[in-house]
Amino acid sequence: MGSESSIGLRVSRYRPESDPGPGWQEYDVPLRTEWTVLDALNHVKNELDPTLSFRWSCRMGICGSCGMNVDGEPRLTCGTFLVDHAPGPIRVEPLANFHVVRDLVIDMTDFMEKLPRVKPWIIRDEEQSVDDGEYLQTPEELDAYKQFSMCINCMLCYAACPVYGLDPDFIGPAAIALAERYDLDSRDRGARERLDVLIEHEGVWGCTFVGECTRVCPKHVDPAGAIQRYKLKAAKQSVMAVLLPRGAR
Amino acid sequence: MTEVRAYRRTLSTWWWVRKPSYFLFVMRELSSIFVAWFVLYLLVLLSAIGRGEEAYRDVLDLAAHPLVVVVNAVAFAFVVLHTVTWFALTPKAMDARVAGRRVPAAAVMASQYVGLAVVSAFVVWLVTL
Repeated sequence: MGSESSIGLRVSRYRPESDPGPGWQEYDVPLRTEWTVLDALNHVKNELDPTLSFRWSCRMGICGSCGMNVDGEPRLTCGTFLVDHAPGPIRVEPLANFHVVRDLVIDMTDFMEKLPRVKPWIIRDEEQSVDDGEYLQTPEELDAYKQFSMCINCMLCYAACPVYGLDPDFIGPAAIALAERYDLDSRDRGARERLDVLIEHEGVWGCTFVGECTRVCPKHVDPAGAIQRYKLKAAKQSVMAVLLPRGAR
Repeated sequence: MTEVRAYRRTLSTWWWVRKPSYFLFVMRELSSIFVAWFVLYLLVLLSAIGRGEEAYRDVLDLAAHPLVVVVNAVAFAFVVLHTVTWFALTPKAMDARVAGRRVPAAAVMASQYVGLAVVSAFVVWLVTL
């Protein structure tokens, strides 16, 4: 153990009961090839400092809980290896653009309020009864939305988005990508209802196509692409509203 | 539910110099001002042509002024940036499909450059006629 090399972790700490604002704390952790930043944080919590707070759950990039800013980039810490950030020190901060509850824990209330606004569930004109059987879908129809259904609500895209940082009212990349996921679903009839929400200024038009959301997305959802497609839909709708008589829309 | 006493962080005025990708984005946004400048420049030139040869010569003299040359050189650089960055973004924004298959990004980008070349060639032919 003595010969094992180590790496520094520079962790943002904030204890609301005593600190006026966030500050830094340094820890030394073993530099092991198979260790991720999350492993290092758990090492700190278990061996060095039990007061450190952070969220995590699955350790395999599917629960979306362990998102943090690592060396300034929004990352899932369970998929970010220490060796890729050697020689360090590695800067670990709570996800950017969100309020900090404690240490590395962010307040996700804002996202949780925005998500249901785009109605991310299947909307039917008429619900068919269970006796009528399931709603069938071809592999092509599944492929149309599958990419957007991979979102794990990790909020890395919100941390990467300067528009959301500057204007917290912007509904944000993941919410719009999820709206697109249901719009593209052949079983869904709710596109019009979602468009009513997203056509507002704080909807798709807030986006200026920075493209960082797509770059940081750990599940390759491509929220930036979804937003631009939505803009096209919204623009078409606006033009049709002017050109066509009410009945034909 | 427990009341959350969260710490509110604010975005620094200099957020856009922190990352190369943010910097490039802000430069791309800024480039629209130079696009507007060239539109204005073209309109002034056209109106001078409409007012006769003397007015046209005056505008050409003004265009040869070192300050205007510098502004135009900077504007041209920004317009190139504008063109290249937006062309690069088009395949990301467009879900172009041919016979059910997604058109590769390189093909979408290439078609834009071909379009630019065709229009440019037409303009060159028009003014050198």
